Amino acid sequence: MLLAALSTAVLGTLFGVLITGAPGWDRVKQSFFRADIAKDSLPAILDGLWLNIRLFVVCATCAVALGLLVAVLRTLRGPVFFPVRALATSYTYTLRGLPLIITIYLFAYGVPGLRLQGTPSVTVLGGAAIVITYGSYIAEVLRSGIEGVHPSQVAAARSLGLNYRKTMRFVVLPQAVRRAAPPLLNDVVSMQKDVGLISLAGPVDAIRAAQISQAGSYNFTPYIVAGVLFVLLALPLIAVTDWVTLRAARRQNAGT
Amino acid sequence: MLLECTEVRKSFGDAVVLDGLDLTVDEHEVIALIGASGSGKSTLLRCVNLLAEIDDGTITLDGEDITDPRVNADVVRQKIGLVFQSYNLFPHMTVLDNITLAPTKVHQRPAAEAKAQAMEWLDRVGLADKAGSYPDRLSGGQQQRVAIVRALVNSPRLLLLDEVTSALDPELVGEVLTMIRDLKGDGMTMVLATHEMGFARQVADRVAFLDKGRVLEQGPPGQVLGDPVEARTRQFLARIIEAGRL
Repeated sequence: MLLAALSTAVLGTLFGVLITGAPGWDRVKQSFFRADIAKDSLPAILDGLWLNIRLFVVCATCAVALGLLVAVLRTLRGPVFFPVRALATSYTYTLRGLPLIITIYLFAYGVPGLRLQGTPSVTVLGGAAIVITYGSYIAEVLRSGIEGVHPSQVAAARSLGLNYRKTMRFVVLPQAVRRAAPPLLNDVVSMQKDVGLISLAGPVDAIRAAQISQAGSYNFTPYIVAGVLFVLLALPLIAVTDWVTLRAARRQNAGT
Repeated sequence: MLLECTEVRKSFGDAVVLDGLDLTVDEHEVIALIGASGSGKSTLLRCVNLLAEIDDGTITLDGEDITDPRVNADVVRQKIGLVFQSYNLFPHMTVLDNITLAPTKVHQRPAAEAKAQAMEWLDRVGLADKAGSYPDRLSGGQQQRVAIVRALVNSPRLLLLDEVTSALDPELVGEVLTMIRDLKGDGMTMVLATHEMGFARQVADRVAFLDKGRVLEQGPPGQVLGDPVEARTRQFLARIIEAGRL
């Protein structure tokens, strides 16, 4: 305990000296860590962050729903379902490979270009881009969870007279979600910060607000403010993820 | 006649597992299927439960051809209970939820009624205090008894038991066998694949020896196990005696 504290202190001091002792430190301090600018930019960034939070909640819900649907479609058996499987598979292959930034550009700039009646706002379009991208990651995580449930569990459920749908709902999916919870939550944590990429499409979220503030002051402090807020926002979810992962690992070791 | 298997064939790839098998089961009859591993016992039970599709032949239950493709397999399975070697309880549900799943979700019975019935059964098999436990807190013998109760609350016409004691520690086998003996007393029709020859002799009305996917010899337990007609049956029993299981 004492040793840990001591080595942490030594290492911390070393890092501190290394950074603050660097020849350009004063310049960096001036352009990234100005308290007065941080204070001035905070209200606008907080306003923007509220958009991120709302967007995150809606997008996370939709992405999990989409991921679940695609995961189930991909695990359907039988030749009848080939087109559905093929469609679901090509979706996950394409969207997992496509950079989120490009998807956002395609949605936010491409879709309005079609000049269709009732085209939603860029916020909704950008959100849709995030949903379909993360939907593909979540689909794969859930699919591996579904395939990790032993076939004997399905046999037991079917032998009791449960049809395919009820077997999935009451026996397979609850176990699949438990198995997939740690990677699933990781995706959600990652999504929370990627929601900030919506700023590329134009809506004033926390990052966009920071950018506006930076453009006025020629100082990067607002980005640091936004960054700190994102980290604070993610901390509870990261803590939950760690806890769930630990619990899953314990259960695995218990041999169930 | 409750169950009639006629000329049942089933292969997995090149491996022929059931090769024109015939077997009949009367109501209230207990039949023990014996035979070496790979002789087709488990596959037969899975085919009767429609978990595996047969390639040829017919299986009728109560005179209805259940292997007809137009038959709703889910409805048939509600009439046939199957208990597995590895229990296959649902690990994310309590003992009580395992048992009431089919009654509430398949038969749409009220939760309170299903629970009362489940508790009655658990009480009878001495596991009432485990109702709220998860399966991983139970011994193998307890899990297997719960699995049997889970099959029974569906009130099946026929109960299939697939080597239900093979995965158990020897000291836990007795409690499961006692339960099966009690079920025989209730008049439950059962087909059990087993390696427990002593038990087959006690509880079965008829023993059927399976060899290479067919019923090679069947009859009263005393005759098949004590004075078998077929050379293959004698060989099999000799090996079992050597292994000290008779």
